[in-house]
Amino acid sequence: MDFEMVPLTHYLFLSATLFVIGVTGVLVKRNAIVVFMSIEIMLNAVNISLIAFDRYMNLHDGQVFSFMVMCVAAAEVSVGLAIIISLFRNKPTTNLDEFNIMKS
Amino acid sequence: MEPIPAPAIDLISLAPVLVLSVFGMMVLVTDLFIGKDKSILVFISLTGLLMAAVSSLAKYNLPVFSFNGAYVVDHLSVFFTFIFCISSALAILVSVDFNKREGIKVGEYYSLILFCTVGMVLLASSTDMIMIFLGIEVVSISLYILAGIQRKSTKSNEAALKYFLLGAFATGFLLYGMTLIYGSTGSTKLTIIANVISENKILSEPLMLMGVVLLIIGFGFKVAAVPFHMWAPDVYQGAPTPVTAFMAVGPKAATLAAFYRVMSETMPDLSYSWEILLCVVSVLSMFIGNLGAIMQSNIKRLLAFSSVAHVGYLIIAIIAKNSLSSSSLMFYMLSYAFMVFGTFGIVILLGRKGEENLELENYSGLAYKHPVIALTMTIFLLSLGGLPPLAGFVAKFFIFSAALKEGYIILVIIAVLNSAISFYYYLKVIVFMYMKEPVKEFHISLTPMTLLVIAISAFGTIQLGIFPDPIIALAQAN
Repeated sequence: MDFEMVPLTHYLFLSATLFVIGVTGVLVKRNAIVVFMSIEIMLNAVNISLIAFDRYMNLHDGQVFSFMVMCVAAAEVSVGLAIIISLFRNKPTTNLDEFNIMKS
Repeated sequence: MEPIPAPAIDLISLAPVLVLSVFGMMVLVTDLFIGKDKSILVFISLTGLLMAAVSSLAKYNLPVFSFNGAYVVDHLSVFFTFIFCISSALAILVSVDFNKREGIKVGEYYSLILFCTVGMVLLASSTDMIMIFLGIEVVSISLYILAGIQRKSTKSNEAALKYFLLGAFATGFLLYGMTLIYGSTGSTKLTIIANVISENKILSEPLMLMGVVLLIIGFGFKVAAVPFHMWAPDVYQGAPTPVTAFMAVGPKAATLAAFYRVMSETMPDLSYSWEILLCVVSVLSMFIGNLGAIMQSNIKRLLAFSSVAHVGYLIIAIIAKNSLSSSSLMFYMLSYAFMVFGTFGIVILLGRKGEENLELENYSGLAYKHPVIALTMTIFLLSLGGLPPLAGFVAKFFIFSAALKEGYIILVIIAVLNSAISFYYYLKVIVFMYMKEPVKEFHISLTPMTLLVIAISAFGTIQLGIFPDPIIALAQAN
């Protein structure tokens, strides 16, 4: 049985595209939760290229790294959602443009 | 069957991290058994910090590499561990009275500061990109919570949210940069990456350069360098004042130490690619930090912009990448810690419950009512500006001479020019204190712990300015 070979560049392009989608989401969207999801897309884009590099070079560091990224992302989610909830209790909105009480 | 060799685990080199983690957890557990009075937690945390500082001396014959080359105890990391312990101790001391006044009654506050210090020590000692990433995240996640620790205050919440979103965004860039560097060198270990670069065995030059740029963006966000500083003024203003002081010193020092390791120690041969970029970042940070500070009327925002400018000066040390630059980085961060905690200590002293008095007008006429406080504030502000014979001057002089040695004359001229600009807004505060009539009564309660921090900071600022030699000798002893 022969496998179809996927070159490394395809994975890298996929990862770069996802990363750019994430960055665009953070910069364009105004809803805190959506911005948050875009950041998660960025982190997952990173994971794809880590694993792709690993397979390409027959190494293992990248796989360990991607596990660490996932752990940290989970920790960040828990803290981030807690922050959004405690903010929501004081000001019932998730629109980032309304968080502007501090201005020079 | 061949037995599997166990990896060498050198826990002694990890001593400060372990001590701090244990004490952090001890604070959490003790918090369950005590009532509203949290003084015992302060005592436990301070003991932990002291023991961590002592335990960082456990290794001699530096540098000692451990954990397969992922962790190093060297001169830089030991000195920085001391800076972190001092700054966290000052942060805890300055929080005691503030927390009582503002009703922050959570014991987790102190353990979060300790866990944040764990992250800082990891950050300054790691020589592996995975460890650097984890260190940055331990620091950042603790700080997100600390910034939002006043749950009832919308300002604090808002600061936490902004810090969190932009911090996580920056993490994305940092990680992508690390990934590309990993992809083009085949390792996450800084020593191996340095070898690959110097032997010119990079697999893909464009990927490597893109990785370096993304790494600079990520680190730039974390240290609040222009053009990635947008979050700093808002977060500094909204976070509780002791947390603001804390995050202006410790985490910044830790991130700069890691930045120094990654840039100057690992990639000096690639400096043609990142030197110009860092020069631009440094010059922009100085100009926008200083010019931005001039326009502020809120003292916390003013200090936020001033810290952006200070990052500009500090990046010069990374650009210089010679033997002087690491020691100048250490000396600068130590003196900066004293100056910042002193200034914020006085800012805390001037406030009272429900009325923080953060506008510059609230400082008018302070010198008539409280001449000693006004004089101490003047010392801190002049030192931040870099007036001899105070610590700020020696620190700046040290960094500039490191850069001059490598021939960065224009950069140093711009930096000196910027120090001159910075006097404008530091003197503005002093003018308010000495030359204006008071607008309202001062209600200063001279709380002992805050006064202690101010006294220690004033002593440090003057001592490091007049007799810098012993500390400079310590910083250079490698």
